[in-house]
Amino acid sequence: MFFGGLMQTTVGSPTLSAIVSFLVIVAFTLAVTYWAARRTRSTRDFYAAGRSISPFQNGLALAGDYMSAASFLGIAGLVALRGYDGMIYATGWLVGWPALMFLIAEPLRNLGKFTFADVVAFRLRQVPVRVAAAFGGILTLLFYVLAQMVGAGNLITLMFGLPYEWAVIIVGAVMLAYVLFGGMIATTWVQIIKAILLLFGVTLLTVLVLSRFHFSPGELYSAVAARYGQTALEPGGLVSDPVDAISLGLALMFGLLGLPHILMRFYTVPNARAARWSVLYATGFIGYFYLIIPIVGFGASALVGREIIRKVDAGGNMAAPLIAELLGGTPFLGFIAAVAFATILAVVAGLTLAGASALSHDIFTHAIRKGNATEHEQIRVARIATIVFGVVAVVLGILFKGQNVAFMVGLAFAIAASGNFPALLLSIVWARFNTAGAVSSIVAGALMAVVLIVLSPTIWVDLLHHAAPVFPLRNPAIVSMPVGFLTGIIASFVAREPEAEARFHDEKLRTYLGIGAE
Amino acid sequence: MYDSPVPETPRVILDSPEFRRLVAGRWRVSLALTALLFILYYGYIVLIATNRQLVSRPVSGATTTGILIATGVIAGAWVLTAAYVVWANREYDPAVAELRARAEKH
Repeated sequence: MFFGGLMQTTVGSPTLSAIVSFLVIVAFTLAVTYWAARRTRSTRDFYAAGRSISPFQNGLALAGDYMSAASFLGIAGLVALRGYDGMIYATGWLVGWPALMFLIAEPLRNLGKFTFADVVAFRLRQVPVRVAAAFGGILTLLFYVLAQMVGAGNLITLMFGLPYEWAVIIVGAVMLAYVLFGGMIATTWVQIIKAILLLFGVTLLTVLVLSRFHFSPGELYSAVAARYGQTALEPGGLVSDPVDAISLGLALMFGLLGLPHILMRFYTVPNARAARWSVLYATGFIGYFYLIIPIVGFGASALVGREIIRKVDAGGNMAAPLIAELLGGTPFLGFIAAVAFATILAVVAGLTLAGASALSHDIFTHAIRKGNATEHEQIRVARIATIVFGVVAVVLGILFKGQNVAFMVGLAFAIAASGNFPALLLSIVWARFNTAGAVSSIVAGALMAVVLIVLSPTIWVDLLHHAAPVFPLRNPAIVSMPVGFLTGIIASFVAREPEAEARFHDEKLRTYLGIGAE
Repeated sequence: MYDSPVPETPRVILDSPEFRRLVAGRWRVSLALTALLFILYYGYIVLIATNRQLVSRPVSGATTTGILIATGVIAGAWVLTAAYVVWANREYDPAVAELRARAEKH
């Protein structure tokens, strides 16, 4: 593509370096999958990587599971096109991790076996709670994976020129290979590899950008201000409504504590102390990432220019690849493109494994078989569930072609914050919390989040073209999360369950000392 | 308190003042750090919403206070996380080890 002789870009057509990088990454990760498959014999291997992952490795894997292409490309693009607002948005993505550490990381590891539903259902009646938790978990994961698949299709079409449907199918096929054959071991190592590539790539990009400004961020900011005015460095429209901004912040912060694919990762380390260190490492990696990504975004706006960025993709998602191409040529662009692709694969693999485990571990093994299923049966059902979830993800991705699904990640976080998190926290800290409380809080919180988003400007006005929204905020968390908590509390008071209360006290030894933990 | 020659039953451990102190202490630290996190992050958001002038003010050249504050929020979030780990290593883990040693083996 030429842009009035100003800059030529190969973004949009498959280049040799992009294809080579892409093939190398896929080949390498499939080799890792083969190695992992030979080590995957038990459910402990398939769901929890044999609990053999070290805190440092898990920290990388958590970061790899969490940092999606939307973080990388989306935030770089947001900073490029809207300046400081992108930095404000970026901070929100980190702050869930300390909350995760303070409130639930260690009890979660001690009380559960493979999934967060293990923890919620720990002392309660298994069938209703398992079904409810699986419902909340799968609802979260479906919206999240749908947004990832559509984003993946768009990204690959944009960068490689492949037809959208093929892009979605390829992503689906490769990530299914990881999960189906290699389970959690493969998924973990794919996420570790992706995290290393992503952190390395973005670091290199940051260094290259700063090298154009004598390694002074101040000079970079001055260049941006010179080109687009000082307003590029000032808050814009993102925090225009403080209530909406706080609601988004709540969803981002507490939604993390309800994301099944993130919570699942805690069972891959040997004990609660290792879980604690994992979170510290992950927070470090992710914090570092959100510190340097704005530099990339500002560099793109100063050196590539907003006009060109918008021309290639109106959403700004090509800001990072374009600046990579400008500073490092086609080879570096190819590398960044492949890293973006690896990023997508790692995240959807994690989502698929979490979805499969909700279906197989929570629904089949516990709700249907009441815990009586052989290892062999459990693994077989887990693999079937993986295929089911993966195929559904691909089909949804193709069905939603061309739709604006960016809001679905926000919705997934809101459901997680309103449905999954309250039940999880209350089951850990409150003796009186019981089966009725758990089921009602998950269902009420999740449904309230969905209903309010439908009634919000995002859908009611932008999508359905009504004049005014019924619910004024774009993110419902500030309402739906308290609803989740209140429903759980009220239901627990109305319906007493003395056995659950008694068990709460006995199980404190496991919660706080880890005695009897898996 | 002498070293118990016989492992203590779960009930004894659960009712012991040491265990109660452990649980209470853990939540005191957790909630305090969560409160600090809230002040750090939601304080930042409210600041932007209510005092745009301050956040937009240049510090040196084009660099604004907002840019420095955003950096501080990210760094601060990690520092709080690290503080929890330091406390857990220094105070929580030894107390857990002691209680586990006293407990009946399961």
